[in-house]
Amino acid sequence: MTEKLQIKDKELVVPGQILAEGMSYIPSGKAIRNGETITSTVLGSASVKGHVVKVQALSGGYFPRKNDMIIGQVTELAKFGWRVEIGQPNQADLPLRDASTSFIEQGSMRKYFSEGDYVFAGITEVGKFIRLSTKTRPHRKLGTGNIIEVSPSNIPRIIGRQGSMIKTIKDTSGCNVVVGQNGYVWIQGEDLEKVLLVQKAIEMIESDAQTSGLTEKVEKMLKGGKK
Amino acid sequence: MAGKSSEPMMVKGKRLDGRKTNEMRPMKIKMGVVPQAVGSAEFSMGKTTVVAAVYGPKEVHPRHMMIPDRALIRVKYDMLPFSTTDRIRPGPNRRSKEISKVMSSALEAAVYTKKYPATVIDIFVQITNANAGTRTAAINAASAALAHAGIEMRDLVCSVAAGKADGTVMLDLFQPEDNFGEADLPVAMMPNSEGITLIQMDGDLTKKEFDESMKLVTEAMPILYELQKKALINGEASFEGGKVK
Amino acid sequence: MTLINYEFQKELISKGKREDGRGLNEFRELSVEIGKIDNANGSARVKLGNTEVLAGVKFSVGTPYPDSPDEGMFMVNMELNPLSSPDYEAGPPKPEAIEISRVVDRAIRESKTLDFKDLSIVKGEAAWMCSIDIYPINADGNLYDAAVIAAYLALKDAKFPELDEDNKPKHETRTKNGLKLNNIPMMVSFAKIGDSLIVDPTRREEKIMEDRIHIGTIDNGNICAMQKGGLKPLTNDELSEAVDTAIAKGKDLRKLLKKL
Repeated sequence: MTEKLQIKDKELVVPGQILAEGMSYIPSGKAIRNGETITSTVLGSASVKGHVVKVQALSGGYFPRKNDMIIGQVTELAKFGWRVEIGQPNQADLPLRDASTSFIEQGSMRKYFSEGDYVFAGITEVGKFIRLSTKTRPHRKLGTGNIIEVSPSNIPRIIGRQGSMIKTIKDTSGCNVVVGQNGYVWIQGEDLEKVLLVQKAIEMIESDAQTSGLTEKVEKMLKGGKK
Repeated sequence: MAGKSSEPMMVKGKRLDGRKTNEMRPMKIKMGVVPQAVGSAEFSMGKTTVVAAVYGPKEVHPRHMMIPDRALIRVKYDMLPFSTTDRIRPGPNRRSKEISKVMSSALEAAVYTKKYPATVIDIFVQITNANAGTRTAAINAASAALAHAGIEMRDLVCSVAAGKADGTVMLDLFQPEDNFGEADLPVAMMPNSEGITLIQMDGDLTKKEFDESMKLVTEAMPILYELQKKALINGEASFEGGKVK
Repeated sequence: MTLINYEFQKELISKGKREDGRGLNEFRELSVEIGKIDNANGSARVKLGNTEVLAGVKFSVGTPYPDSPDEGMFMVNMELNPLSSPDYEAGPPKPEAIEISRVVDRAIRESKTLDFKDLSIVKGEAAWMCSIDIYPINADGNLYDAAVIAAYLALKDAKFPELDEDNKPKHETRTKNGLKLNNIPMMVSFAKIGDSLIVDPTRREEKIMEDRIHIGTIDNGNICAMQKGGLKPLTNDELSEAVDTAIAKGKDLRKLLKKL
């Protein structure tokens, strides 16, 4: 078989689509080798660097991985610790010993987290159970703010390259913003108008994800809302 | 296959709606019609219309249906009460349960289920108007919706029926041909791996007619794949006059 | 699962604001598409913001009820199908689905939009059975109001099939005769969050509402149907204000519908 690339860099691709032919190409991300061809397994954006053909998913629900930082809601206090709803597909557990660096007695659990509280936590274990930890910063309890839902596949865009987008949002709005990789964003600020403006800006990032100059657009939008 | 019509199904080499024997009806597909689902699509094939939505991967209820090492693919195919000439009672019936089952297998073949252990991927399809070929339309809609949901798949699943009416083998039967035809052969395939993931047949075909039918279906697959692909990339796509736009 | 912070939303609403930028008495954008379902006798697809429902009318022939021999039959069925929301489960209709079916039925029946005598074919022997089935496509809150609009428009679009000599409908032939509609029923739904009532709640707002009230009105501004749904009590003043709003909003919606 001849060595042949079937796509251009940044092309959008779909499952089953042949991206390259020949044994010299190397699949990465959501691309796989299928006999003598490289195919995509998802709807995604393909990139080509030398002989590496990579596909990044464009859409999709949340699937937990170790070290993810997520936003959840405490649903239950149990013997072992707290049960936390983190979205699909499973509930997660926050064990007593992983909630804080100090020792927590069962009787004082509500001092840390009560039912209905929102938490920003890290995933320490994925398997039969999903385990969380709030031991280390920035993980913590989240106060009264607006929690909005976004597509988990858009999270990298909301955060931006090396956190540039989220920094712009925080700096221009003066709001506190926490992004959970499971598709939730928590926005808190003194000025409710500002909180709503940040919500709008995030919605814009989601709908215009493919356009360029997005950071500037977001900055303009948030500044425009200044009173 | 209800039997012979008093009217001929082929006139001067053309079908009642003017199509050639190897021609599919005009098709349309639109992504994201159910924003609250993880993935969704609306698909029409002539006057047959269907909406499909995908939820998951998510926790399995009831628990005993959970498969520890892979995802459960669960399809619920429904015909809306007003989608047929006579109103049908809402809720599942023997026909819809059978179609749901064969659709589950047809789609599961394409999903990397081991990537999502101990979860369920729910696929809901609603036939909003029935004019023959509802299960094939449902499979195209569901396949596009699965890809839209970001599920990892080997390939898209494409589906169309062939059949025989008035003694002629033809592609994508519409209602009169389905009512008065002699055979119906719905097929689903993964076009890039040439794997057949669904086949059903009722009626009467010679081996030669069967081979001809499979040839028609196989030749239609690249069009169906291209249609789903265009829709996934652009949000919508259509097939008319032999072209995918 | 949907996470929504009750405290934040309550504070926002107490200041007369909503997270999607609407005022407390503001409806989402309405758009309609009529008559697209080929096999239905009448159909309508209604979008209210991100909420979308599909209604279809089917006519069949049955025997009139003995206590109303010169009237036809009428039925509304609505399903909360799992296709339309992660909140709904597959299976037989739950009480919520039966409630909404009955409230929509009541709004149309009691508004006298239809004269059931128009559905009679042969007194005591044969009459039309008019069934409306309503299915959400995307359930993003306030299915009630969207369903009433969709049901009304599907009825408006409906055409009777032809009857054969035995009074059996021939579904392949449609007549040009439709139903005479004597009114436009409109429903306006409210959610109570904190001390405020808001109209046309989204799914997120419904998640945190403490109470809900649905009010149906007719052309002349009279009330034709009501249903309270939540756990918290309402005061007389709140209710009275809601009725005023429902009458005013009903009027606006009727105007809007005539333009669409």
